[in-house]
Amino acid sequence: MRTAFYLLPLAMAPLFANDFWLVQILGRALSLGVIALSLTFLAAYLGVVSFAQTTMAGVAGYTVAYFGPNTVDVGYELPFYVILPLAMIMATLSGALIGLIARRSQGIYAIMITLAIAVAFFYFTRQNYSVFNGWTGFSGLRAPDIAGINLRAPVPFYLLCLGVAALSLVLVNGFIKSPLGLTIQAVRDEPKRVLAIGIPTTPVIVAAYAFAGFIAGSGGILNIWLQERISSFSVGLGPIVDILVIAVIGGLKHPIGAFIGAIAFVLLDTFAVDFIDRERFNTLIGLVLLAIIMGAPDGLHGLAKSWLSRSAKRPAKIKT
Amino acid sequence: MTFFLIVTLNGLTLAALYFLAASGFTLIFGLMRTVNMAHGALLLLGGYVGFEVAKTTGIWPLAILGGGLAAALVGAIIQFGILGRFQGDELRQTLASIALSIIMADLMLWFWGGITYQVAMPDALAGGFRLPLLGVGYATIRLVLIAFAIVVGIALWLVIAKTRLGAIIRAGVDDREMLRALGFDVAKIFVVVFALGGLLAGMAGVVAASALSISPGTDLQFLLSSLVVVIVGGMGSVGGAALGALLIGLAEQYGLAYAPTYGVVFTFAIMVLVLAVRPQGLLGRSEA
Repeated sequence: MRTAFYLLPLAMAPLFANDFWLVQILGRALSLGVIALSLTFLAAYLGVVSFAQTTMAGVAGYTVAYFGPNTVDVGYELPFYVILPLAMIMATLSGALIGLIARRSQGIYAIMITLAIAVAFFYFTRQNYSVFNGWTGFSGLRAPDIAGINLRAPVPFYLLCLGVAALSLVLVNGFIKSPLGLTIQAVRDEPKRVLAIGIPTTPVIVAAYAFAGFIAGSGGILNIWLQERISSFSVGLGPIVDILVIAVIGGLKHPIGAFIGAIAFVLLDTFAVDFIDRERFNTLIGLVLLAIIMGAPDGLHGLAKSWLSRSAKRPAKIKT
Repeated sequence: MTFFLIVTLNGLTLAALYFLAASGFTLIFGLMRTVNMAHGALLLLGGYVGFEVAKTTGIWPLAILGGGLAAALVGAIIQFGILGRFQGDELRQTLASIALSIIMADLMLWFWGGITYQVAMPDALAGGFRLPLLGVGYATIRLVLIAFAIVVGIALWLVIAKTRLGAIIRAGVDDREMLRALGFDVAKIFVVVFALGGLLAGMAGVVAASALSISPGTDLQFLLSSLVVVIVGGMGSVGGAALGALLIGLAEQYGLAYAPTYGVVFTFAIMVLVLAVRPQGLLGRSEA
């Protein structure tokens, strides 16, 4: 019910929003939100703040770029119905692999290790030309026509982003209630007790990372269709920090926070230029991030929730 | 053979630089469990300030001191004003230090621009030095750098092992709460250690700006190397930082010399291998 409440106005957006808003604001926010969702999922339910979500998204993006249509003569083309599942599988596997490496690390240790993995991947893509085409990367990436619908057109692309975002939210909400999802939360809270009742923690942690890789991969594909290119900079520190900023601003406690943060970030990114020098955007976003961390550790979602519950309490007080 | 030895020397130079950068990082982490993601930004700031000092005074040791002190001051302000507020909430501290590093990097880009800087060195260090056994020349500054790292390492060890401050730091690493209960002003000690870590980072920045060069992006490069070095060596251990820096520095240079495309993979492979066998790092203590 509540999902439909949020979804309906968003689904109606093509009726009143122009193409710029549909693609550059909402479409971009939704695709970044899906990647941030994978981080929020790990943070909320496994208790790990991962810096490697952009890397997992990048793996899916690079797979689509290598096997899909591009303008740089690297890779070879496969039909899209092979590429897309392949990209998702690769992203899931990359998530599982990163989980395997970071499985024994929690808290700040996990941050350091996932950051090291992510930056190593960035340097690797920059130096490797046979698969990643190095510094230049891939350009001219085009979303395919599926069943006669041109996914490059604004409205279908926006609806695709919305559909993927809604689906991944539903998927996350379902997954955390499944036996595996509950075990993941048990590992977050009491790994030793989980071991004591005979459940090995490693497969559980790896599964959580793999699931996060799956989500991040779907966001990554949307993102490169939007950008129409991918290079080492797409998996560099800038985008890595952007995803973290989005997740933290929105709130790491609840999946919807990823999308709240993404909308806030994209709006700032697009319109900050009107009241601050474009060059100083990083200072602005850094200050916003610092203010959120210091003042509202549960992000905008936490702020909204406490504000809502406060205003909901007021009439109750009058009654008694 | 000569090539191999030159590569080894290059590796040692890099290791010295990595040790200087990572020692402050690991010191802060060891005492406060704070992952200071602004460490790279402090290093870069030290490098820039060192450049300015060298340009105005022309005295190289003064540049090292100036760069170190500037970074120490900013480090102390960061701990006193921001990170110290949520002591014990490591995740929030880490995120806040990331925010700080974004802001600092951007402000430094604004002030110093995107160009590459190199600190002017005194004539005695600027030339080459003929190595006695090999009969080839090698940049004097790089040999000085190795010596400098060794001196800093020994000094750091002396401070930690022999002085009162060192005893307090060691006590804090072992049991923070007990130290507080004994009446020590832990918050003040934290600020001092943060300043010390900043001093090391700033000096490393000036040295890096002399032996190599600095530009925007140097902060990330050294933050990453510090991360990998302390993950490999063991978080919080100065000896571990030395060992980790040695391994990573050598691996990177051998990789660069013998397999140029995949140099970074060697670094990464070492890290993964260590994590698989000893998750707490080679000289780190187990957390549990």
